[in-house]
This record gives sequence, C-alpha cells and structure tokens, in this order.
Amino acid sequence: MPTPTPINIDFYVILATLLFVIGAFGVMIRRNMIVLLMCIELMLNAVNLLMVTFSSYYNNADAQIFVFFIIVVAAAEATVGLSILILAYRQLRTIDISIFNKLKG
Amino acid sequence: MGFSTIVYILLLLPLIGGITNGIFGKHLPKNLSGAIGTGAIFAAFLCVFTLFNHVNSPVQIDVFNILQFDSFSLEINFLVDQLSIWMSLIITGIGTLIHLFSMGYMKEDKGYYKFFTYLNLFIFAMLLLVLGGNYFVLFFGWEGVGICSFLLIGFHYSDPVKGISNSLAARKAFVMNRIGDAGLIFALFMLLSTIGTLNFTDISERLSEGVTMQNLTVLGITLCLFLAATGKSAQIPLFTWLPDAMAGPTPVSALIHAATMVTAGIYLVARSNFLFELAPLTKDIMLFTGIATSLFAAFMALRQNDIKKVLAYSTVSQLGLMVVALGLGAYSVAIFHVTTHAFFKALLFLGSGSVIHGMHHEQDIRKMGGLKKVMPITHWTFLIGTLAISGFPLLSGFYSKDEIIGHLFEQNPVLYGVIMVSVLMTAIYMFRLYFLTFHGTFRGTQSTWDHAHESPWTMTLPLLILSVFSVLGGLLNLPGLFLHKGAHWLSGYLHRAPGMHMIIHEPADFNTTLGLMAVASAACLGVLIWAYNNYVRKGSVAKSDEALDGWEKLSNRKLYWDEWYDWMVVKPVEWLGFQMNHTVEEKGLKSGISGLGIVTGKLGIVLRKLQSGNVTSYLSWMVIGMILLVVFYLLNGN
Repeated sequence: MPTPTPINIDFYVILATLLFVIGAFGVMIRRNMIVLLMCIELMLNAVNLLMVTFSSYYNNADAQIFVFFIIVVAAAEATVGLSILILAYRQLRTIDISIFNKLKG
Repeated sequence: MGFSTIVYILLLLPLIGGITNGIFGKHLPKNLSGAIGTGAIFAAFLCVFTLFNHVNSPVQIDVFNILQFDSFSLEINFLVDQLSIWMSLIITGIGTLIHLFSMGYMKEDKGYYKFFTYLNLFIFAMLLLVLGGNYFVLFFGWEGVGICSFLLIGFHYSDPVKGISNSLAARKAFVMNRIGDAGLIFALFMLLSTIGTLNFTDISERLSEGVTMQNLTVLGITLCLFLAATGKSAQIPLFTWLPDAMAGPTPVSALIHAATMVTAGIYLVARSNFLFELAPLTKDIMLFTGIATSLFAAFMALRQNDIKKVLAYSTVSQLGLMVVALGLGAYSVAIFHVTTHAFFKALLFLGSGSVIHGMHHEQDIRKMGGLKKVMPITHWTFLIGTLAISGFPLLSGFYSKDEIIGHLFEQNPVLYGVIMVSVLMTAIYMFRLYFLTFHGTFRGTQSTWDHAHESPWTMTLPLLILSVFSVLGGLLNLPGLFLHKGAHWLSGYLHRAPGMHMIIHEPADFNTTLGLMAVASAACLGVLIWAYNNYVRKGSVAKSDEALDGWEKLSNRKLYWDEWYDWMVVKPVEWLGFQMNHTVEEKGLKSGISGLGIVTGKLGIVLRKLQSGNVTSYLSWMVIGMILLVVFYLLNGN
C-alpha cells in the first residue's frame, strides 16, 4: 500500500493562524460572555494545534506533553470563567460584557 | 603562648569587661560591677607588661583581610613595637588606677555600671588605636575613643541643673573632633592613592626604597594628619572643646581628657614620623601651632576659677609643648612628655576629683581654702603633682619639659624665650590653684566645711601610686647630665620602633644643659616663693568675675575665643541655614516640587480617559500591543 502523501506543513500553520485570529477578533468584537470564553478556547486550541504540528514535524514529543498541560489548564480556566459568569448573571441578570464597566476611570 | 595570642587577649579583655557590664551590669552589685571593669584593665596591663618584657623587635600580627582588590587590600593587623607597647603600658596602667578611683568616686551614681561599660570600651578603642598596624585599624580606634569621649562627657545628661550644658559640651567635643577626623580620612585617601597601602611598615619601607612622592602630596597628607591631631590633641584651632569636656565626671577628665585620649594626636604624628620627616613645612607649622597653643592656653588658665578648668587649660598647654617637640622632630621626647604628663596630670585630676568628692561637687576654688587639714593625703599628693607639672627640680615634669625646651633652645633661642613664658605661667597658675585650694581659710559655707572629708582608700591609693610615679617618672629618661652620660633609657627603648631612630637624639653640651636647667629651676622656685608670699602670707583670694578687668578679664573669658568662633563659624552657618529654609526652600524648591505635582495631575486627567472600564477595549489594546511587539521584532530581528 503506497504511503499517503503527507500534507504540507503550511496548511497546518495557516489553519492554526486562522483559528487564532478568529478567536482574537471574537474576543474583541463579541459582547456575549459565553462566546468570549469560547473564543479563548479557540485561541488556546490554535496554539495546541501548532504545537502538535511542529512536534510531529521535528519528531520530538516534548511539545505534545505541553499540549496536555495546556488542555488541563484550559479546562480549569473554563471552570473558573463559567463560575464567574454564573455569579455575574445572578447579580445583573445579563451576560453582556459591555455592562461590566464599573472600573471606568 | 605566641605574641599574637597575648595581643588578642589584651584587646578582648576590656571589650569583654565592657560587654559584661553593659548587658548584666544592671543586675550586679556595684562592687562586683566595678571590680569586673577594674580587673579587666588590670589583667590587660599584665598582658602588656608581658609584651614589654619579651618583645625586642617589632612584630606584625596579621588577623584577616577585610577587603581585597587588585591594587590594594585593607587588612586588620596589629603592630607590636616599642612605641605601641609603651603607649599601651600608659593606657592600661593609668587606666587601672583610674578605674579603681572611679569605684569610689562614682559610688553614689545611678549609672555606675554604665560608667564602667563606657570606660572599658574606651580602653578597648584606645588599645586598638595604638596597637593597630595600619591607618585603617587606627581609624577604628580613633572613632571609638571619640564616641566614648562623647558618651562620657555627656554622662550626666539628665542632671536637672547642668544636664543641658553637659549635653552641649559633649556635642561640641564631638563636632570639633569630626573636623579633625575629616582630615584623617582625607590623609588616608591620599595615602591609598599615592602609596597604595595603609600599613605603617609597608609605607615606611616603600618611602625608604625611594618611592618618590610629590612634595605637595606629602605636604597635603601631613597637614591632614596634623589637622586630625589638632582635633584629638586639642591644639589651635580646634582646642576649645577640651575645657568644655570637663563637664564629664572627674575620672573621665583624668583618663580621657588628660592622660590618654588627647595624646592620640601626639601618637599619630609620632607613628607617622616617616611622612613628617619628608615635610619640613608641616613640621614648622606644628612647631608654631604648639608654641601658640601652649602660650594662649597657659594665659587662659591664669584666671580660671573652676578647679577642673585650670587643669584643662594646663592640659592644652602641655599638649602644645608635646607638639613643639614633634615639630622639632624629637618624637621620643614628645612621648617622654606624654608619659610624665600622664602621671602628673592624672594625679592632679584625680586629686581635684578627691577634692570635689569631699566638697560635695563644689568646683569653684573661690569657695575652697584650707583643705590641707581635712584632706591630708589629697593635699600632699596634689602638692607633688603641682610641683611636677611646674617643673620643680628633680621631679618628672622637670626632666621632660627640660628636654623639650633644650631642643628648642638649640633650634631657636627666640622661640625658647617665648616658650619659657608659657612654662613660667604654668608654674604661676598651678601654684595659684594649689594655694587657693589647700591653704588659707575656708571660704565656703559652714555645712560644706562640716561635711568635708578625706576620700576612701580606693581613691587615695591611686593618688599615692601616681604621686610616686610623678616623682620618679623623670628617671625613665635620665639625661646624660646625671649618673650615666648619654644614657637616655626611654629614648633608647623607643628608638627600636620603626622610624623613631631617624632622629638622632643629641643632648646639648654639658654647660648649656646645666644653664637651661638652672634657668628653669630658678623660674619655678621664684614663682613658688612669689605665690607663697602672695596667696598664703598676704592671703589674697581670687576676685569675683565682675571685679576683673584688663588682662585678667581677657584670661577669665578665654580671650573671647568661643565668642569669636561663634561669630566666625556658628553665626554664618545659622544664617546660611535660615536662608536655605526661607529663600531656597520656600521660594525655589517649593514651587519646583509643587510644579512637578501639578504637571503629573494634569497628565493624569488626560490619561484616565483610556481607562474606559470596558473589557473589550482593554483586550483590543492588548492585541494592538502584541501586534506592535511582533512587528518591532520582525523589523529589527535578523
């Protein structure tokens, strides 16, 4: 069986960059807090993808181990973020981020 | 036991004594506390005596390096040679006697243990000063004795009547000494930058190996060293602190401000002889400073009425004589006078302390008189001290003064005449002090007279021992005129110390020496007869301050020296401070500083707009920042 032609690494990098940029713009533009959290996850996973790609490309497993750490930290971050979100919702009955501007100078 | 062990023990004994008294003294009985202090110094004296018996050639003891650079190193080391041993003998010997005396004198004082702590620490610092093998260790000791002197002058700072003036006297001594200390520091820096070491032996070696120094540099170094000496040894222009230092308890005046600390300046110059020999101009300056100090101080002593003030001015005057000897290059003669002066001045101060103790802290000689009946031991020992300092034939002061004025006569007969005036005045004010205190009728209140008493044995024993030394001390350097020709034991001993032998000690010829001695004896005896006639037979007493006029007033008011300094230094500095406060700070700095505040405030009002409170905008700022960062590195990177 002929070995499948490996996909060019450029595509992985472009995909990861696209995911990251979508995440970053989402964080900047959207006002729904849940979407914000999702965008952060998107950025993290873009980085994960990039790391796994290079790990496989260089035949070095170090980065893959990092990816596991990042997944764990991201899970914890999502937990904390969602808890804050619920508490904030209880207080203000909304999850619109533009309402939270009490720190205005 | 090697020499180094003995030196360590010698230095540690007073330190341990001081620390013990400082920490536990409050809970110890007074006798024990005093015994610890006295015992530590006596044991140290025994250590020095061992060194004295066994050290023949200079020994340098290296302890450790405190700082090491490529070009130079600062070491802690000690130099044990004849000069330092001799000074240590004086310090610990006189120190033991004065500690013993203090046990009686300070009996009723609340700060008894504190007093012994300071005294022991002083002895430690003084030993560090004379045993130090380089200027760095010497400087440590120098500052140590300074701080102990400050603490002891202001010892009775909480006294309800004299507390403030005691503190002011302490402050004055401290500030004046600071000026001298600045000189010492500058000298140290100059030595480091030109010779690159502070070790006495290294410096003298390098100088003798022909390391040439600029004349101006040597002049600068020696002048700075001499400035330091004028501070500690109370010479013009920095002498005014010493008479005020009499505010301290009398044993302190005896130990620190007469016998030991004030001779530190003399020691410094004698130790730096290799430098001073290269600077003839500095030696001339020293000679004239010494003569002027001796003369002016003696004049000021003529009409002082405080028993301790008279002795203080006489100390300044005698220190002037020592500086004259240094200026002539007769270093061993200066140390000889340091020795005899330590004996008789300690004796006189302790005697005055005994009088003050018996009179319940009355110091004015106008309120004394006739005390020889109630204080026989004090009277006789004080008489011996008076005769010794006045140069009565065959007593210690006679020999040491005679050597100085003999050297001066060979150098310059005119200056000899000037210094003889000072010697004559010494005899006049000392006999005046003696006769007014111990002869005639009592002039104080009846109750004081009823309570006047001889002091306890702890106070009279040191007096007796010191009076024996005051009589016999002159034999240490028996001039060639008597017994063995040319044998100057102390000079011979001191000449084994590095550099001290550079000055060949040539006694004047037989007839000249005899003539000078005859003149000195005649002067002393003449004054004695005149004073006896005036104060005992005629019974004249010291006038009250208001009745003085002419030269008497000048002498009583110390030639208005303090007022002059006040006008020259204190007033301008105060004016400068006032101007700084009201002009520079009020008008200049204040507007500048508040201007800075106003600008910052305005800037804040503009910048706070950026703090919108909107999370989205913060995130946008962050992303923009990151992008800029990436762009920056892409542009600048390889």
